[in-house]
Amino acid sequence: MQVMAQMAMVMNLDKCIGCHTCSVTCKQVWTNRSGAEHIWFNNVETRPGQGYPRTYEDQERWKGGWTLNRRGRLKLKAGGRLKNLSTIFAAPYLPGIKDYYEPWTYDYENLTTAPAQKHMPVARPKSLLTGENTTITWSSNWDDDLAGSVENTHNDPVLAKVSEKIRFEYEQTFMFYLPRICEHCLNPACVAACPTGAIYKRAEDGIVLVDQDRCRGWRQCVTGCPYKKMYFNHKTGKVEKCTFCYPRIEVGQPTICSETCVGRLRYLGLMLYDADRVLEAAATPDERGLYEAQRDVFLDPNDPEVIREAHAAGIPEDWIEAARRSPIRALISDYKVALPLHPEYRTMPMVWYIPPLSPVVDAVSETGEDGERHENLFAAIDRLRIPIEYLAGLFTAGDTRPVDGVLRKLAAMRSYMRDINMGWEPNEAIPESVGMTGQQMTDMYRLLAIAKYNERYVIPPAHYEDAHKLENIATECSLDVDGGPGMGGSGDTGGMGGIGGIGGMDGSFAENPARGGGSPVPSRPEGVRINLLNWNGRGTPEGLFPDAADASTKPTDPAHPGTGG
Amino acid sequence: MNSDLDLFLWLIFPYICLTIFVLGHVWRYRYDKFGWTSRSSQMYERDILRWANPMFHFGILAVFLGHVMGLGVPQTWTAAVGISEGMYHFLAISIGVVAGIGTIVGFVGLVYRRRFTKAVMGATSRMDKLMYLVLGLVIVLGLVNTGSQLVGDYNYRGGVSVWFRSIFYLSPKPDLMVAAPLSFQIHAILAIGLFALWPFTRLVHVFTAPLGYVFRPYILYRTRDAHEGSRSRRRGWDKVDTIPRRR
Repeated sequence: MQVMAQMAMVMNLDKCIGCHTCSVTCKQVWTNRSGAEHIWFNNVETRPGQGYPRTYEDQERWKGGWTLNRRGRLKLKAGGRLKNLSTIFAAPYLPGIKDYYEPWTYDYENLTTAPAQKHMPVARPKSLLTGENTTITWSSNWDDDLAGSVENTHNDPVLAKVSEKIRFEYEQTFMFYLPRICEHCLNPACVAACPTGAIYKRAEDGIVLVDQDRCRGWRQCVTGCPYKKMYFNHKTGKVEKCTFCYPRIEVGQPTICSETCVGRLRYLGLMLYDADRVLEAAATPDERGLYEAQRDVFLDPNDPEVIREAHAAGIPEDWIEAARRSPIRALISDYKVALPLHPEYRTMPMVWYIPPLSPVVDAVSETGEDGERHENLFAAIDRLRIPIEYLAGLFTAGDTRPVDGVLRKLAAMRSYMRDINMGWEPNEAIPESVGMTGQQMTDMYRLLAIAKYNERYVIPPAHYEDAHKLENIATECSLDVDGGPGMGGSGDTGGMGGIGGIGGMDGSFAENPARGGGSPVPSRPEGVRINLLNWNGRGTPEGLFPDAADASTKPTDPAHPGTGG
Repeated sequence: MNSDLDLFLWLIFPYICLTIFVLGHVWRYRYDKFGWTSRSSQMYERDILRWANPMFHFGILAVFLGHVMGLGVPQTWTAAVGISEGMYHFLAISIGVVAGIGTIVGFVGLVYRRRFTKAVMGATSRMDKLMYLVLGLVIVLGLVNTGSQLVGDYNYRGGVSVWFRSIFYLSPKPDLMVAAPLSFQIHAILAIGLFALWPFTRLVHVFTAPLGYVFRPYILYRTRDAHEGSRSRRRGWDKVDTIPRRR
């Protein structure tokens, strides 16, 4: 047994409203740079839909992930080592920029410099690749909310596998959002496909990273990743990927996509797993067995033998404790409501999803029946094969039974908790019918519905013995390399430096002691309260601005800015 | 005896260029690892690249091996293993012409797409253009030289090759190049010049050809301390060790 720790994520799709806040904040933090326009470490797809880049799930076309050879052993779908090297000059399955979209900007200058004319001047779209006028035909989210339209969904590879009859009906049935980041797989095909060895999995927390100094731009990882979460930066000639916000994770903070998630649907925590059994599980002959096989690779941090082996592997005690409290472990292994995205790619992904029950609830409610009653919901789950088969195509390689089981648990939770919230007698038969106890059901409800910050994110900081190794991160940006995302602090991007310079930002969010306080926000004289409700809108509200005369009468407050003058 | 120009071209210039070649690569590797890439433009354009790029690269690899053979292996050695002069030239010319034509056709395809695909042109630096010019001339002249073996009777293995090796023996023989035909002279000068440009162009990717891939394990792990930022710390700038504390 080789115990390793993995930082993992679960997303509760029922709560995703498709607001793209995660994508935007991620973009602002990591890929708001020239050459990285098409790089979305986090994107949100409308399902059914083609995804981003378009039809990335069609592995017969893109050849991502692993497959089994005739002897039943794992091999990269794009080909073995020699094939990989021989296709290095022209990668045969590489998506082109058009499969993402041609990045563009607008000729804003024209708005201010156009001569006086009869019509309003316009800012025409200009291609960022050629600098010429362009017509925008696609983007990262072009098919947002268009799940029903044939134009956008007939290319959905997941839908293509669902039967013909269902395909005709799906458009009336359902739509949901699928936020995606890098899966930080246990058996990452990108790492295996990189000819240089520039991509690696961090031994401490399993985060998969690209060493930008070693990447030579051979592009094989882009093909290797079946989720197409390796992005080629067309300016630097290097590949970039989701970093799981490792500088934040190392100090115990959630990733930026999780932190800013409006629906609070993301969960972060550790999973312990047996690295010796990963390959064996990934080589499970029946692809429908891969979900179970991956769950069997995870280890129980309460098991004395696992604890002993974890100590032997150098995993610190507070990390093992964090693994015990991990919401990920609860959702994957205890409640078994989280499912992996496309386990059939055999990469052992580590960002899992709770499939959405809302299509079922909506369908029941539309009939005028009670959408909270478990009998109605159970019946609907049995009857509404279309969303369930589609979800199974995403999460369980087409096996509907696990999806069925998860949806029943979610339906049971709704029904059981409604009784309690309404002050009715809780019906213990409901949790029993899905193999859970009432206590488990309320615990799951607390985790999924109440979703407290500290319960959603259980992130042990990088260990203190290693603190000196983190100096780079604590004192300067570890991404501060030439051309890198953190380039040069307040260099040419004056705006960025300015934002970083607002000392109050950190202090006002200082619920985490790791961030430290000491913000230079001026403190107010004691006893002065500001009440904008009493303000008539004229003049300045009382106490909002320090009064020099007032301040001079209170020399006891050295922090008051007025005292200096 | 040699004129000053001859002495410069066939003795001083090669040493200058080779020095730039070696030190330039050391400098580039130390200070610009981030810029060390093939700078692929496949994302912008793939239809021409698909055939032209492998054709060029496999062609130039064959050309390289041909040069190792022609410049690196003395005539006496091949004679010793029983390869006659006629046999050698037959092989050299036939393989050389095929490889050379492949390289040139691929090169033309690549330059065409670079010039006429707007996005690729936009991603082309001035250094790229200079490099393409020199490389193109070197390749064309090289093919001319190979072809000239059919009509001419200049034995480069007794001339250019001996001069080339003499540079590395540190007993250079510039006279041999003075006596060589003009096309060989230009080819050699441009090629030597290309070596001086090399470390400052995208050609550096040649030296990180990922041959180790065949032997390494598929999944790589690294611990965090093995990866501490990307800048190595200079002498005298060691960090003050932190007192361990709870973060």
